[in-house]
Amino acid sequence: MYAQMVKSEASTDDPEKLAAFQARIDAGEKIEPKDWMPAGYRKTLIRQIGQHAHSEIVGQLPEGNWITRAPTLERKAILLAKVQDEAGHGLYLYCAAETLGVSRDELTEMLLDGRMKYSSIFNYPTLNWADMGAVGWLVDGAAILNQVPLQRTSFGPYSRAMIRVCKEESFHARQGFDAIRKMANGTPAQKKMAQDALNRLWFPALMMFGPSDADSVHSTQSMAWKIKMNTNDELRQKFVDQTVPQIEFLGLDLPDAGITWNEERGHYDYSDPDWDEFFDVIQGNGPCNTDRLAARNKAWQDGQWVRDGLLAHARKKAARKVAAE
Amino acid sequence: MAATLTQDEALFQFLLRMGDNTLILGHRVSEWCGHAPVLEEDIALANTALDLIGQTQMWLGLAGEVQGAGKSADDLAFLRDVWDFRNVLLVEVPNADFGRTLMRQFLFDAWHSIQLGHLMKSSDPRIAAIAAKTSKEVAYHLERSADTVVGLGDGTEESHGFIQAALDYLWPYVGEMFTSDAVDAAMVDAGIAPDPASLRSDYDALVLRVLEDATLTVPDSRFAHKGGRTGAMHTEHLGHLLTQMQWLQRAYPGASW
Amino acid sequence: MKNEWPLWEVFIRGQHGLSHRHVGSLHAPDAEMAIKNARDVYTRRNEGVSIWVVEANNIAASSPSDKGPLYEPSESKVYRHPTFFDIPDEVGAM
Repeated sequence: MYAQMVKSEASTDDPEKLAAFQARIDAGEKIEPKDWMPAGYRKTLIRQIGQHAHSEIVGQLPEGNWITRAPTLERKAILLAKVQDEAGHGLYLYCAAETLGVSRDELTEMLLDGRMKYSSIFNYPTLNWADMGAVGWLVDGAAILNQVPLQRTSFGPYSRAMIRVCKEESFHARQGFDAIRKMANGTPAQKKMAQDALNRLWFPALMMFGPSDADSVHSTQSMAWKIKMNTNDELRQKFVDQTVPQIEFLGLDLPDAGITWNEERGHYDYSDPDWDEFFDVIQGNGPCNTDRLAARNKAWQDGQWVRDGLLAHARKKAARKVAAE
Repeated sequence: MAATLTQDEALFQFLLRMGDNTLILGHRVSEWCGHAPVLEEDIALANTALDLIGQTQMWLGLAGEVQGAGKSADDLAFLRDVWDFRNVLLVEVPNADFGRTLMRQFLFDAWHSIQLGHLMKSSDPRIAAIAAKTSKEVAYHLERSADTVVGLGDGTEESHGFIQAALDYLWPYVGEMFTSDAVDAAMVDAGIAPDPASLRSDYDALVLRVLEDATLTVPDSRFAHKGGRTGAMHTEHLGHLLTQMQWLQRAYPGASW
Repeated sequence: MKNEWPLWEVFIRGQHGLSHRHVGSLHAPDAEMAIKNARDVYTRRNEGVSIWVVEANNIAASSPSDKGPLYEPSESKVYRHPTFFDIPDEVGAM
């Protein structure tokens, strides 16, 4: 997911306070920034929301890669609006994290020097125009499955950010499906692009949900705190079940020979992604890790004089106003 | 060209000039998406680019109608070569840095807003309607780019240096917006559009006031590069821009997207 | 000196004349830019007709530990709600 393998922090707080806190969560109350919360809850959330925000921002890059090559004015506008929304989502999430006592600049620096991660999916390249369809359809489709339940997460600002994000996210999945559908029904060359995009992005999309966490202590704690709402396997299965019929509707070949309907389970069986590849990507060895981080670092460094300049002007203006009074 | 120019040909050229300006500038601004100095600017630049792309659809859509050869806005955007483009050179120069991008935006927005103010009174109701809609968008572009130019000019020594360098680089591209030719004369005669030269004094008043607030020094040369709005001689940059923008349409002719 | 742009809280009044509502936050160097940024960030889908911004530092907020004294007393004032009163059907709408 956009926040993968987030480690929860063990809590060393007063057991009575912890129990009262857990009771509030169990009763469905929202935790607000000024409320007492276990140090572990705060730290885990900063890590999770920060990673989620970073994923949105780095996630602008693979799609931004095609904005200047979009094939029609309308597709260009749609793609630009979509990638702009990702920046917006990153912004909402950074603001949610900031209520926990960390600044956006601090989070940004942790992304840029590698202390914080972002989703593995954005370390894969976008190689043909159908990828713009596939990313919206598969990647945003997968993200929605995680984000819809997160609207009910226990931390108020995170929940509110998710509500805003989800409102915008179905536009993303739909525009993606629309773009790839056009190609699946287009010329043989277009159909080939659509199939290529699906084949390349299928397993990376499955990896977004993270490895099986059925036995993970971190997941158990996060689920008790209601900052993680489902297990990775549950969401992955849901994704496969909803996507296979869509692939068939498009008339594309299934990207995995292991996909078969399992009558007994009432779900599709599918092949496990290559988890060695996943851990390689997480550790910085994906096809695009270096380039993605270099692009973010360049934007940040090149932008320093702009941020400083506009702030200096604002301070001078305020000082002149005071002097005039 | 002048001697044989029909009214429709002149109108077509005029509409290409409007639409190509917004097309090429919109493309340039869209290059920033994901790379701006701060998230809020990233989002704001994308809004500007989206407005410009939308305006392009209107101007080039109307140009296609007037031309009468069954061409859509997309056909005109994606299937013409460099010599058929009619945008001013100012909008095709590369983004370079944020300072040059914002200065280019401001120098264009100032002209654009004055031009649209006149076009709202155009004798051609289709043009007046597009101008009425787009002038609101452009008023905001101008407000934002002017504020940013002032902020950077009056900011730190470093930001002042960047934005002054941007002005020095771009100033020779300003004059082209105010050159007049036979196409313009035909537009003036028909009451469709103002004479470009007549906009200069309003432009100077607006631009000089902002640049003064920004504590910038206006280069004293009035030299002007030209060749964009006639198509006679674009910069080398436009060809590279088109190789990206038009690639899919050129590589897969006849496909629909 | 810390060089991060200050944080602003954004309030927007929608199309239908309701009160300004908190929609989120953003960073900006000053109030003017905060309003512009709010326009660009929070009204992309035609959400508003009026924007307020307040620097986050300047917001005074009630404390969570005061929840009891602040809000519980009103729970017992049930007579303030119209449903407290039985109005016979014959009387009509009221």
